[in-house]
Amino acid sequence: MHIEPVKEKGFYDFLGRQVEPKGLIGWLTTVDHKRIGILYAVTALLWFLVGGIEALAIRSQLAVANQRLYSAETYNQLFTMHGTTMIFLVVMPLAAGFFNYMVPLMIGARDVAFPRLNAFSYWMFLFGSLLINASWLFNAAPNGSWVGYPPLSLFQYSQGHNYDFWLIGLQVLGVASVAASLNFITTIINMRAPGMTMMRLPVFVWMTFVTNFLVVLAFPVVTIALAELMFDRTYATNFFNPMKGGLPIWWQHLFWVFGHPEVYILILPPMGIVSEVLPVFARRPLFGYPLVVGSGMAIGFMGFTVWAHHMFASGMGNIANAAFALTTMTIAVPTGVKIINWVGTLWKGQIRMRTPMLFALGFIYQFMMGGFSGLMHANAAHDSQQHDTYFIVAHFHYVLIGGALFGLWAGIYYWFPKITGRMLNEGRGHAAFWFLFIGFNTTFFPMHWLGLNGMPRRIYSYSHAQGWDELNFLCTCGAFTMAVAVLLLFTDMFWFSLRNGEKAGNDPWDARTLEWTIPSPPPVYNFEEIPQVKALDDFWITKHPELMHHHDDEASHEAGAGHGAGHVHHDDHGIHMPGGSWMPMVASLGFAIGGWGLVHSGGMYHIKEGIQSALDAATKAGINWDTLVNTAQTVVNTKAPDAQNILSVTSAEGVLKLQACYNGVKTAIVGGVLGVLGVFLWALEPIGGYYIVKEKEDRISE
Amino acid sequence: MSSEVLLDNPHEMGCTGMPHRKILMWTFLASDCMFFGSLISTYLVYRGHSTDHPLPEDIFDIPLTSTSSFVLLLSSWLMVLALSAIQKGKLWEFRLWTLGVAFFGSIFLGFQVYEFTHFIHAGLTLKQNLFGSTFFVLTGTHGCHVAIGVLWLMSLFFYSFIGGVTKERSLDVEIAGLYWHFVDIVWIVIFTAVYLLEYII
Ligand code: HEM
Ligand SMILES: [Cu+2]
Repeated sequence: MHIEPVKEKGFYDFLGRQVEPKGLIGWLTTVDHKRIGILYAVTALLWFLVGGIEALAIRSQLAVANQRLYSAETYNQLFTMHGTTMIFLVVMPLAAGFFNYMVPLMIGARDVAFPRLNAFSYWMFLFGSLLINASWLFNAAPNGSWVGYPPLSLFQYSQGHNYDFWLIGLQVLGVASVAASLNFITTIINMRAPGMTMMRLPVFVWMTFVTNFLVVLAFPVVTIALAELMFDRTYATNFFNPMKGGLPIWWQHLFWVFGHPEVYILILPPMGIVSEVLPVFARRPLFGYPLVVGSGMAIGFMGFTVWAHHMFASGMGNIANAAFALTTMTIAVPTGVKIINWVGTLWKGQIRMRTPMLFALGFIYQFMMGGFSGLMHANAAHDSQQHDTYFIVAHFHYVLIGGALFGLWAGIYYWFPKITGRMLNEGRGHAAFWFLFIGFNTTFFPMHWLGLNGMPRRIYSYSHAQGWDELNFLCTCGAFTMAVAVLLLFTDMFWFSLRNGEKAGNDPWDARTLEWTIPSPPPVYNFEEIPQVKALDDFWITKHPELMHHHDDEASHEAGAGHGAGHVHHDDHGIHMPGGSWMPMVASLGFAIGGWGLVHSGGMYHIKEGIQSALDAATKAGINWDTLVNTAQTVVNTKAPDAQNILSVTSAEGVLKLQACYNGVKTAIVGGVLGVLGVFLWALEPIGGYYIVKEKEDRISE
Repeated sequence: MSSEVLLDNPHEMGCTGMPHRKILMWTFLASDCMFFGSLISTYLVYRGHSTDHPLPEDIFDIPLTSTSSFVLLLSSWLMVLALSAIQKGKLWEFRLWTLGVAFFGSIFLGFQVYEFTHFIHAGLTLKQNLFGSTFFVLTGTHGCHVAIGVLWLMSLFFYSFIGGVTKERSLDVEIAGLYWHFVDIVWIVIFTAVYLLEYII
């Protein structure tokens, strides 16, 4: 094979939309879904280390009573950033890494529908995550939990930029998620290989599909909530200000209308992974494929009907409580359906206990535990006892670590060979599993008791008298055990196996889906020939006709009729690959700089209001703004009011803060312009790219 | 290049026979529905919660806003004409109608600027009361959508002079049109929920 760039007019040669360059520039301009997938996953794993260190810090403080490693303020920042990091910077992007890498391979496509938009999503995610974590450098990390309830989060009660970082950071991350989801929905609808009907899609692809719809429909709601709170803080609006008739509870509604679908955004992809792993290692087809798919859709749909179960303790009234208790309990039904189907897959299977399988089995057991505790507080009467206690902490860690993270780790062990061409070490993998499994249950099971014994969430310390000492110590021991598992995985993944791991070959697990039909790691164009799909689990049926007794009807090879086989792009130039592009990164950098500016304009109108009389006096005395700022600087330095007695020390500080806000606005405008410019150039870029041409073909003779 | 491939981009069409970008736009509009849905619900939830004047009945001028709404609706009609012109390859007609859409959109924006200034003089600001906060943020967000649409259409207009807009590439116009119609429809909902509702309940 060799490569032939598409000829473009001169200007664009310079911008580089030609061949994907090698080295660092290649990564910065990449539009290849596989590279972007790796970028997502590696970034997410790095943030996983950060979030894990925050968790260990939290557990160290709580290890024994009356511990004062950190102040309450630092503790607040630690647990807020821990939650925000784990949800938005770890579980979501790690899942997005798998969407990126695996979905095109599993549906038999050469890339996603919009490769540059895909790159844009990644860069937005990266810059958003850096933005929100930059708050640490200013000693202003978000400090009011990942739910950011007002009035606490209003400017009147938290004047630092802590919440501004949180609000804008999440906003940037939200754009990244929605852009990625639009892309994946289009990809899954529109880029399936011939014969890959919707009901032949691997379950992971289905769960990706449902998840991305949840993102597209739920994120706009939190975007509005965040924007309204941002307006309250920066422009002194009254959305959540009770003094002016605003309703803090309205924030809770908006937040949880997003927040509950969000937890399904976190769990559905791992459910998809587990649905891929179980059949491979039980050597049986997935039991009840249509039911697993259908219950996934049902969960996604019902996920929008249960949000107020997070607000049972807010005094909504009996009718609302009863209604939401009902919907919440109902959602456990499709969840149960999935569990039954997974168990049905294992039943009479020839189970191979390889590492991915261990994690998948751990997932089933622990996720089920989390579901049970969820059902307990789905009952509003129960929840009034459990709300905001460690019982809730136990619940969501069972579903989020025991569920989502175990599922994602199953995915890492399962797909690492495909991505790198090398197997992860089984011995270290088993060890990591047991450390994680034992550590996890030691950390979080006792929290059920702690919660029922009244230990509230989000406290930075407790006294001996409360009788929580032993269990808390146990929890902390468990947390450090989990850290060992993480170290084992990381050293194995990034060091030992990446270098010396056993070579994987195309299909090390004897698996079922299309990604295993091509080399590991796959070539840049994925499939030399776009595959023709004839049945669910086509690849596996081809390999094992003898194992497929009850699927014979499906295997009867009616190739996806009416499925647009003609749209596969075969042209005589060879395989066309899009070229790299700088624009996604430029645009997202612009928007992130804009976000940075917005963070620093936080509180602007409140600050202005606070020094209004000084400002009026200055106007009266004919002092212009620049002079006023200079005077303020002197006043602050000398700690004495100025000669004309216009600025006291406090109002001088206010003037400087206001000046910083104005600078923030300027930065925001510059960033926004850069972002829009990036988008414009992006739209104008021609297709460019290059052709991969097969040598052996007799095209020369044509 | 196979004949189904409409455009010069070989990655444009998919297995459903629909171009990717159309699916993208429809999905985005679904997302935008939730976006405006949240803003409109905020407005409605806070109706009657303001603790200070001015209130809607103090300042709304229905005939004025009806006029600007009518102009915006007319622009949707021009959008249809623009699309149909480019699909038939009538470039000059396309330019004319597109300019018309952008012009009508700008008139709507002009009315909005006028209305906002007028309200601010009447004492309604973002921070004056809940009505001010919810009203300005809701209609302002819609105004931003219109402004983006105007920019987009003007870009197509100028792009058409360097051969960027052709019969074969009429999809570009169709997508912009989808967006434009959506923004118009949203305005009908906003106009009903914000202005007309005052005269019903
Ligand atoms: C059978 C399914 C489930 C039920 C019935 C359920 C029920 C509930 C209820 C009622 C609460 C509110 C408790 C309170 O604050 O008093 C809650 C909290 C929570 N749930 Fe679940 N849940 C289920 C599944 C999940 C899943 C799959 C996830 C995530 C992957 C999840 C993540 C969370 C989180 C993060 C919270 C705490 C939010 C916070 O206050 O910070 N849940 N769950
Ligand atoms: Cu929930």
